[in-house]
Amino acid sequence: MDWQGQKLAEHLMQILLLAFAVVAFATGYIMGSFQMMILIYAGGVVLTTLVTVPNWPFFNRHPLKWLDPSEAEKHPKPQLAVNSKKKSVKKN
Amino acid sequence: MHSFGYRANALLTFAVTILALMCAIASLSDNLNTPSPSAQIEILNINWFQKQPHGNDEVSLTLNITADLQSLFTWNTKQLFIFVAAEYETPKNALNQVSLWDAIIPAKEFAKFSIHTSNKYRFIDQGHNLRSKEFNLTLHWHVMPKTGKMFANKIVMSGYRLPEDYR
Repeated sequence: MDWQGQKLAEHLMQILLLAFAVVAFATGYIMGSFQMMILIYAGGVVLTTLVTVPNWPFFNRHPLKWLDPSEAEKHPKPQLAVNSKKKSVKKN
Repeated sequence: MHSFGYRANALLTFAVTILALMCAIASLSDNLNTPSPSAQIEILNINWFQKQPHGNDEVSLTLNITADLQSLFTWNTKQLFIFVAAEYETPKNALNQVSLWDAIIPAKEFAKFSIHTSNKYRFIDQGHNLRSKEFNLTLHWHVMPKTGKMFANKIVMSGYRLPEDYR
């Protein structure tokens, strides 16, 4: 997932859960059935999990530009100095 | 929202928090209900009225309890616990409450009833004060919710009197 995708996933999760909660409560209250409220909400949680948790392709529409391996070789990581006068590490 | 586990955790936490809020609102919605219960209790018979070996009075009654408690049920009600108590005053205690009968009403359909029963629990006084005693019969109910606050109330019916002598 890219950064935009992560933001989308988080917003989508919050909005979906809140929407399902409102629908579940309204339905339960109007029908006079507590069980209906719980069932609708549970279904909503499962649906939201399926939509936001797995790494779907539509979350990766702005992929990060990683450096090519050849480009990375031109800029090597700094090496630790092998012979250093300041520190002397003794190995027993 | 970096990884699968991270997102799953965030989702689950948020979902449970919202569920807690929904239950709180459901409990608050119980306050919108204005119940109008009614009840009558008739003493059909005083089966016996004796003084026990230890000196305490005991009486056995047959009661006819009629009630309509359907308006107490809401969508958030799990069951109704009701009990009938005899209340009276003695020189030793300002208020005596003796539970005579109780029941659990699991659904609205059963809340309108008329029952003919002897007292489920023994009516024993702390002493021997019951002869020609005036007492009230109160029907108490506890509305037990599926989630949230429990409401309790009662109807007091007065004007009952025990016989002057043991039978």
